[in-house]
Amino acid sequence: MEELTKVEWVRLPLSTNYAVAYAAKDADIDIVSAYPITPQTTVVEKLSEFIANGELKAQMIHVESEHSALSAAIGASAMGARAFTATASQGLELMHEVLHIASGLRLPIVMSVAARALSAPISIWGDYTDLMNTRDTSWVVLIAGSAQEAYDSVLQAYKIAEDSRVLLPVMVGYDGFLMSHTYEPVSVLANSGAALRYIPKKVTWATLNPERPITVGAMANPDWYYEIKYQQVEAMKAAYEVVKEADAEYGRTFGRSYGIIEETDTDGSDLNVLTYGGIYGTLLESSEIIRKNGIKAGFARLRLFRPFPYEEVLKLAEKSSALVVLDRAITYGMPIAGPLAREVISVLYSHGINIPVYNFIVGIGQRSFTENDALKVVSASFEMLKRGQKIDESIYWGVRE
Amino acid sequence: MSQMAKPFFRTVYDVPREEYFAPGHGLCAGCTAGTIVKLLLKVAGPNTIVVNATGCVEVSTTPYPYTSWEVPWIHVAFENTAAVASGIESAIRVMKAKGRLDPSKQINVIALAGDGGTYDIGLQALSGMLERGHKVMYVLYDNEAYMNTGIQRSGSTPEFAWTTTTPVGSVLRGKVQQKKPISDIVAAHKIPYVATANPGYFADMMTKFKKGLETNGPSFVHVIQPCTTGWKFDPRYGIVLSRLATETGIWINWELENEQFRVTVPVPRRKPVRDYIKMQGRFSHLTDQDIEEIQKIVDQEADRINKMVGRTVIGPVVEQ
Repeated sequence: MEELTKVEWVRLPLSTNYAVAYAAKDADIDIVSAYPITPQTTVVEKLSEFIANGELKAQMIHVESEHSALSAAIGASAMGARAFTATASQGLELMHEVLHIASGLRLPIVMSVAARALSAPISIWGDYTDLMNTRDTSWVVLIAGSAQEAYDSVLQAYKIAEDSRVLLPVMVGYDGFLMSHTYEPVSVLANSGAALRYIPKKVTWATLNPERPITVGAMANPDWYYEIKYQQVEAMKAAYEVVKEADAEYGRTFGRSYGIIEETDTDGSDLNVLTYGGIYGTLLESSEIIRKNGIKAGFARLRLFRPFPYEEVLKLAEKSSALVVLDRAITYGMPIAGPLAREVISVLYSHGINIPVYNFIVGIGQRSFTENDALKVVSASFEMLKRGQKIDESIYWGVRE
Repeated sequence: MSQMAKPFFRTVYDVPREEYFAPGHGLCAGCTAGTIVKLLLKVAGPNTIVVNATGCVEVSTTPYPYTSWEVPWIHVAFENTAAVASGIESAIRVMKAKGRLDPSKQINVIALAGDGGTYDIGLQALSGMLERGHKVMYVLYDNEAYMNTGIQRSGSTPEFAWTTTTPVGSVLRGKVQQKKPISDIVAAHKIPYVATANPGYFADMMTKFKKGLETNGPSFVHVIQPCTTGWKFDPRYGIVLSRLATETGIWINWELENEQFRVTVPVPRRKPVRDYIKMQGRFSHLTDQDIEEIQKIVDQEADRINKMVGRTVIGPVVEQ
């Protein structure tokens, strides 16, 4: 509490992109390495302004592609610099090869992702197809639900990434456009120094230092590769705890924390809706009309996607008669096609929990999902629940067949 | 360090004794890449960070848990060597500015890549690094094909050369296209130092490495690297063949220093390209007519170079 009194905040109207840029500035990053892509671009525009006017002492590397953006961030991080990048959509896909290398080299890079649909057909609009494609890259993946949370999450991301038990890169995702380009009141630190008490600049990882030469990125044959990759499995397990610790310490230091799953009215409800990102706000807005329609619905938002928070998902499932899972991405060729729904079902099955899971695909390529849609989705699910009906295929909400 | 004190390398006595490239690596017997890297590190000394592209040198020198590198070394991927080097160099600059590294300490950043990683898949990252002006020396060891994956043609493979993807058949006979002029492409970026070098002229090559490292900005040294496995010659002749490349004028050692062009190894009397071609199995299918065609291209290039210099530095072919 004593610490809290020292922290001063400034309340600003910021888009989530700007909130992310403020957080990166307050983390005193040394390197920004990025390439323009909609809807991420205003993150690096704002960071460029901070550098240009001396508010941030960092090198901006104006790379010629996202592949190079992450590659340069790897080089900088391997030198011991605090490195940051930001991207979306096609840019994240172009980076994909390097995503695995950043985690394999155990470098604590932080990247923001303004989640966006993938081509073809080309679409600049939001969904989570890009971010969900990073599931198996061994990055810690946080998904924010507000501009404030994105700001806080970027600071927490460095805390998690640089923890010597983890040393993995961290991604902070949020809705392209619906969050990246909409303004909310955000409290940012009046003085960057306060952030550095939470995330001191301490190099916890092996670096390229001519006084202590090491070989980074050696070639591993079948006699070693497996063990080295298994260390990432262990690091991910450790990250699960460290994410919680980082959030709790953030709460103690700055007075805000989020936990792993944010929940509203999930106790004693008829059914619970689980999702991620900004759509949670739409769900909360819809709660009143849903209640008026005679359904007691609870709402939950997953804040951590990797490592997958199976404990919290189980706790939620244990108190739910059914789970409605809203996904903004498609796993093509699978009957249950929502990436989150698939993880939830896998966790429930392995723990012998057999409640209906109703998976709705919504908001693809930023198809509108309104409070009225939320009401209809919840009503349809409730009807199925009353009939004891389960589904073996995702429901593609609102699609014109 | 003391290694950097000598203004030029002239004879073998100028070569530093210190070794930073340890023996025991897995490069082929007779591979000239090992020679190039060993001499490169002797010039650079211990205050050096090497970024290595995927390729022969990378796989042969770092089979975990072993390494041949006695300086900090990093491998990230194939196409991004210049981008990784950019990140390292930028980090050094910002960490010096923020007092986290001693500003007086000079750290060499060297990007090391083969022809596949430079001419082809790495060209974009290289161009970006050159345009942004990072103080990195990029060393290209050019063995004229994807040797690490088993001798596939690259943008560097010369016309007519056999590779596993340009085989010699009844319709096609080796590579159809000519070698991409990568050093000219790099020079078009107007960086302060571009040079071509040859391990057969080790003092010239080492001097160029030294100049490259002392350049205030990006530098590029393009080194020919005869490959016993891919070019198919007796491993004992790697340096003989290296020298023949220059003696025949198929490989001209030049440098472009602050827009001043200079041929550093003049060849008053050239040997015919036949001498170079006949030593290599990859050209064993060539007819006299094919060799004549190559000779013509080499003659034209010699003319172009002589015109640039303003006098004859690459002389006529003289049968010896």
